[in-house]
Amino acid sequence: MRNAVAIMQRELIAYFFSPIAYVVLVLFLGLCGYLFTEFVFKPGGEASLRGLLDGWTMPIMLLFFLSLLGMRLLSEEFRNGTMETLLTAPVTEVEIILGKFLGVGAFYLAMLAGTLAYAALVAVFGDLDVMLLACHYLALVLLGGLYLSVGLFFSAWTRNQLVAGLLAIVFLLVFSVLSQLVANQFEGWVRAVFQHLSIVTHYSEMIRGRLALDHVLYFVTTTAFFLFAATKVLESRRWR
Amino acid sequence: MISVKNLTKRYGPVLAVSDISFEVQAGQIVGFLGPNGAGKSTTIRILTCYQPATSGQATIAGFDVFTQSVQVRRQIGYLPESAPLYPEMRVREYLHFRGKLHGLDRAARDAAIARVTDRCWLGEFINRPIGQLSKGMRQRVGLADAMLHNPKVLILDEPTIGLDPTQIQEQRKLITELGKSHTILFSSHTLSEVERLCSHVIVIASGRILASGTPEKLRQSVSAGSRLIAEMKGPAEEIRRGVTAIAGVKKVDLDGRDGWQRLSIEAGDGQDVREPIFALSAARGWTMREMRREVASLEDFFVKITAEQRAQSAKR
Repeated sequence: MRNAVAIMQRELIAYFFSPIAYVVLVLFLGLCGYLFTEFVFKPGGEASLRGLLDGWTMPIMLLFFLSLLGMRLLSEEFRNGTMETLLTAPVTEVEIILGKFLGVGAFYLAMLAGTLAYAALVAVFGDLDVMLLACHYLALVLLGGLYLSVGLFFSAWTRNQLVAGLLAIVFLLVFSVLSQLVANQFEGWVRAVFQHLSIVTHYSEMIRGRLALDHVLYFVTTTAFFLFAATKVLESRRWR
Repeated sequence: MISVKNLTKRYGPVLAVSDISFEVQAGQIVGFLGPNGAGKSTTIRILTCYQPATSGQATIAGFDVFTQSVQVRRQIGYLPESAPLYPEMRVREYLHFRGKLHGLDRAARDAAIARVTDRCWLGEFINRPIGQLSKGMRQRVGLADAMLHNPKVLILDEPTIGLDPTQIQEQRKLITELGKSHTILFSSHTLSEVERLCSHVIVIASGRILASGTPEKLRQSVSAGSRLIAEMKGPAEEIRRGVTAIAGVKKVDLDGRDGWQRLSIEAGDGQDVREPIFALSAARGWTMREMRREVASLEDFFVKITAEQRAQSAKR
């Protein structure tokens, strides 16, 4: 576990020097600011961040941004050759994956922390529902965690960042947008299945304030699955 | 300390390492010598647990590289061929990071970093970003990293590649120095280097071990059929006939220039034909201006065996 923390710290140092990280941070906060003034910060509006978070905009935006952040996690180490020094140190694959995930996760949390300013503005001018706000941020954290674990998984496959990023984006689009579109074409149980598969369904439910266990479990289990799978992909090179 | 038995590695149909076995005793500096693509890096990567072998066994300090990978990795310090580092980190930051991975606490890390800084001459650039360092400095940082946890075994893949002559000398000095306290296995394709540094040489080409022994032993096996170079003035045909008639001479090549004949003489094993040649030139009045024995270097040996290897694979 101490190794995972060391890797996490190194990862955070790397973000300070990564142009992609700065671009993502600035674009994300900029777009959030625009959406906030356009849909939330209005006289007579609802005293919550729902206008900013609801619908497709936020999940799709994060999908692209977090795939950009996640694609370099392992691919870059493979390309630089530093994976060789990492894997020949007494470090387990689980620690590497966990450290990387925590590192990029911490950066994502810092991104989210920037949006708390908007919540503060709402609280100044209206009666902010703190429980709902907590539910919103939980949804954002869980959604981001899932996106990043998928990015990490694809990053374990290839030394090419771009390929890793594109695969993650396509995969995530299938499981958020496409499954939603397919669900809309059907009735009954088929619809239910596809809706349940869709990431956005679970996210939207939480944004509407429905903090049900099955939504939280959906995110936690899928994230855990992709982290596990990434570990196995990384381990496989020891016996391939 | 290192024991390799019947190690084989295939990449699909390509045989990278074929059934090699060798031992490295504690305290030895062993040079792993071979042309590019010989299988040196592959063997080293198997030993450092980065890649699995297709078959065979390898142990380091008694631990199996496949089943006891973590224990093996605690025993070794490894410098990969290109000395990969994180360009965005500072040297000190990087060494702290690596120290943490080896389970050193803060005080132990500070002490270890001070030690390797001193030994690898990192003093002036310990606080510089790695991205700004030259190739030679990066190699030293990589070596410092390999030594950080004071491992029993150092495995260095081409530690002097890409360095300028001064840096190569410094790096060699350092390796010799380290050899006093560590077991070292390092690969190289430069003969003079291996000849100078190692107590034991393993020559590898096309994934096979071609020869193994002390540098002296290897040199002897080449110099068995050593050559004599002589230059004298006289009629070419007479010289040829005269020299060929000397007992022990197997073959004479002549090369005439400005009235001087340059002789390249091959003598039989253990035969010293210098004296009869001198006597001959003196008796016939052929002025001699040079006579020397061409001592075979490992370089010749290397060229010879790799050429043989190539000829063999061409036949196949």
